[in-house]
Amino acid sequence: MSTDQGPTTGDEETYFDDLVTWATGHLRGDEVLTATLGGENSDFVRFNAGRVRQAGSVRQRELGLDLIEGNRHTSSTLELTQDTEIDRARVLRTLESLREQRAMVPEDPYLVYSTSDVRTSKVRRTELPEPSTILGEVNGAGAGPADLVGIYAAGDSFDGFASSLGQRNWAQSTTFSLDWSMHLRADKAAKNTYAGFEWDHEAFEAKVDWSGRQLRALDREPISLTPGGYRVFLEPAALRDILEMMAWGGFGLKSHRTRQTPLLHMVTEGARLHPTVTISENTIGGMAPDFQEQGFSRPDEVVLISEGEYTGWLISPRSGREYGVADNGASSHEAPNSMAMAPGPLPREGILEELGTGLYVGNLWYLNFSDRSACRTTGMTRFGTFWVDQGEIVAPVNVLRFDDTVYNLLGEQLVGLTDEAEFMADPSSYFRRSSDSARVPGALVAEMRFAL
Amino acid sequence: MPDTIPNRLRAALPRDLGDGGYASIRYVQSRSEGLSVRQGVVQPVRNAEEAGAMVTVWDGGGLGYAATSDLTPAGLDAAVERAREWARVTSGLGVLAEPPLTHTVGTYSSPVERPWSDTTLAERIELLRDHDGRLGVDERIVDWEAGLAHRVVDTIMVTNGGGEVVQHYETTFPSLRATANEGTNTQTRTYGGHAFCGQGGIEVLDRHGFADAAPRIAAQALELLSAPNCPTGIMDLVLAPDQMILQIHESIGHPLELDRILGDERNYAGTSFVTPDMFGTYRYGSELLNVTFDPTVPGQMASYGFDDDGSPASREYLIREGILQRPMGGRISQTRAGLPGVSNSRACSWNRPPMDRMANLNVEPGESTFEDLISSVERGVYLETNNSWSIDDSRNKFQFGTEYGTMIEDGELTHPIRNPGYRGISATFWRSLSGVGDRSTWKVMGTPNCGKGEPNQVIEVGHAAPVCRFSGVEVFGGEQ
Repeated sequence: MSTDQGPTTGDEETYFDDLVTWATGHLRGDEVLTATLGGENSDFVRFNAGRVRQAGSVRQRELGLDLIEGNRHTSSTLELTQDTEIDRARVLRTLESLREQRAMVPEDPYLVYSTSDVRTSKVRRTELPEPSTILGEVNGAGAGPADLVGIYAAGDSFDGFASSLGQRNWAQSTTFSLDWSMHLRADKAAKNTYAGFEWDHEAFEAKVDWSGRQLRALDREPISLTPGGYRVFLEPAALRDILEMMAWGGFGLKSHRTRQTPLLHMVTEGARLHPTVTISENTIGGMAPDFQEQGFSRPDEVVLISEGEYTGWLISPRSGREYGVADNGASSHEAPNSMAMAPGPLPREGILEELGTGLYVGNLWYLNFSDRSACRTTGMTRFGTFWVDQGEIVAPVNVLRFDDTVYNLLGEQLVGLTDEAEFMADPSSYFRRSSDSARVPGALVAEMRFAL
Repeated sequence: MPDTIPNRLRAALPRDLGDGGYASIRYVQSRSEGLSVRQGVVQPVRNAEEAGAMVTVWDGGGLGYAATSDLTPAGLDAAVERAREWARVTSGLGVLAEPPLTHTVGTYSSPVERPWSDTTLAERIELLRDHDGRLGVDERIVDWEAGLAHRVVDTIMVTNGGGEVVQHYETTFPSLRATANEGTNTQTRTYGGHAFCGQGGIEVLDRHGFADAAPRIAAQALELLSAPNCPTGIMDLVLAPDQMILQIHESIGHPLELDRILGDERNYAGTSFVTPDMFGTYRYGSELLNVTFDPTVPGQMASYGFDDDGSPASREYLIREGILQRPMGGRISQTRAGLPGVSNSRACSWNRPPMDRMANLNVEPGESTFEDLISSVERGVYLETNNSWSIDDSRNKFQFGTEYGTMIEDGELTHPIRNPGYRGISATFWRSLSGVGDRSTWKVMGTPNCGKGEPNQVIEVGHAAPVCRFSGVEVFGGEQ
């Protein structure tokens, strides 16, 4: 929506810079201030059956302040208005409140903050179509026998870090994401996402065509499979969900040292995955900022699993201090933001022939651990799941529950990974639009265990 | 007119909408404090403040929203204009052309017996230090933490027809965790998972025995290290309230949300196996099953006077004696579906529009004592505190796990078991309900993190439940 979106690119960055500079002038004694800014000017349009369910705009800017003196500190977040007078008054009031609290908290033995004065700025601003254009595109895509459900989210998103010691980091981009499913009947649907920096009508149409072809394959009598083991091909989106479960505490130093990692067998017993499995935190290839919330820079890449062997952790500055090891710029939750899995040797084009007879799984859903220490995971098949017989799609398959360990799926039972890793932007928007992404190939698995 | 937030909101409301036009501005201000002590170290105090407003405009057959943190008169005016522009752009394209909303006046305030401000920050930290110290009592306990969070939310919603709803909420959320390890066996025990929270002040800590919980939690984490794996088989299952909360949430709550039944969530949170024709006749559970939507329970996590569309809250039966009665849908969904509903149109904050959510969704108590429920089981398991949840997108095939299990043999609780889990199908599981605990077993709980919606929203919900017994359920254990 073009109406009064607030400050333009340079203004957001300058406003944050000026505000922290002004706040620095109000520090006392040896106080140090670090600040973060996360915000967006976003449009959201939600669809059901090709019609608009909810449409609107969100302007939000969350300022984080950490006020430090010696080894004592307290922090707060507050919402900025972009009205200088109001925001300065709020910052001043917050600093006073943090000082009062600081007198009541003990020293923090694991406090670490950046003492750099480096300045970086990465801005990628593009022009996106007006919402009325998008509504027209979606209406066109939704025309036909299937109904379209999903969400379009677009606009500017920005992250900043600043300190009273002079450091400034800024990352801003204009992005869009149309995350949709086209439904034939009941839960039989084709899922797709189109995301990027510039809207391309032809690229969108190609995605819609793909959905149309999958819908035609879905328009057959579904079959129900009994629990048991099946040969399976996991589309990149399905494999990504399994990798995200591994990443739920699997790669952080703290979860390893406290023995809560789901990859406990790899850490304590040297268990290995298939030698074609290499996983990294690939900041250089992702969309997330190259600095974390305490202002420490992230390396281009941290290899986590190399050729099936556990090789590295994500280490936040705080965990690094706690456990006496060097950090590698991980965020405080020590989970990947830009996970990448190396592709393998299997030609993507001929994957149905490679699968032969078995399950083709387009998406998984609602995964969780059924035995965390063993990295045993359960979840459901969803969208675009088919039974394949001798390389030919036979019928859609009603939802199935899997329950299996990563050591089987990406270890003993892994036949191979496809030769192309697909880039997938995270369409989630809890609190604000995500800048996470993943680059993942497909996986052919000799046997995956299904329980219900 | 003094320059107050309510006056600014009223002044910003559009006066020139077309016939039947509706506009509201919903202001939300929240303040929260999060404290924790981990392994004797006070973690950084987490304070958060936010304030913003969501403008809603129905006009000319279109609907638009605009959220802003700029609460100056100019900022609010700009947001109103953006919402009006969205209404113009979406005119004739929406799922509903006319607003079914009313202009309500009223107030609500959480009951608070012992205000948060009665204690100092230093006292709260000292309280957590004490609990933390009672968790790390054995070298096999490799991580432990005590936490306490408090949030105050004030909302004001004004409408162009003179409506004005003012609500004040306070919630408190205590937590304890002990993680024990030997080799590749790691076991975590907590204070009710995320369940033992509620509206109110410091008194929330007394509702579920926070004061005495730490030693038990530490001892049970250690017990689990040497406990046998949960057996596999078909057997009777008795669920504690802090597992019932999850069972209710996933296999009754979400399937009965009317926006899911209408298909709004098919791309994300999912659809429902429940269809509109089932209401009034469908047997959801055994005759022992009675489920209410009840935002009027004092002190429960999601109690309120009005939902975020301004509809007054009231207690309604969703399932009575096992028969499905009505879905959970607010005014907009009710109009779209032509079904009765409840006042459950809720938004997580100022930056999201409301949609159908659970509020307090409760299984009503029955007549069995805890001893009755256990003594009638020849071989089964008693499971406490959820730690794993997964269910299909129609909310039917589920698999859940818990932190702690106890074998039931010949009517007696015998010994702890580790890594317990069970699976089933919602449409048939509740029909296997064979015993419902009385009010002495009934606990009022909640959870701060129910996720749903596009754009995504995470919100507090409440659940109350007694201990319940289910017959003939598929139970299993872990890998080791």
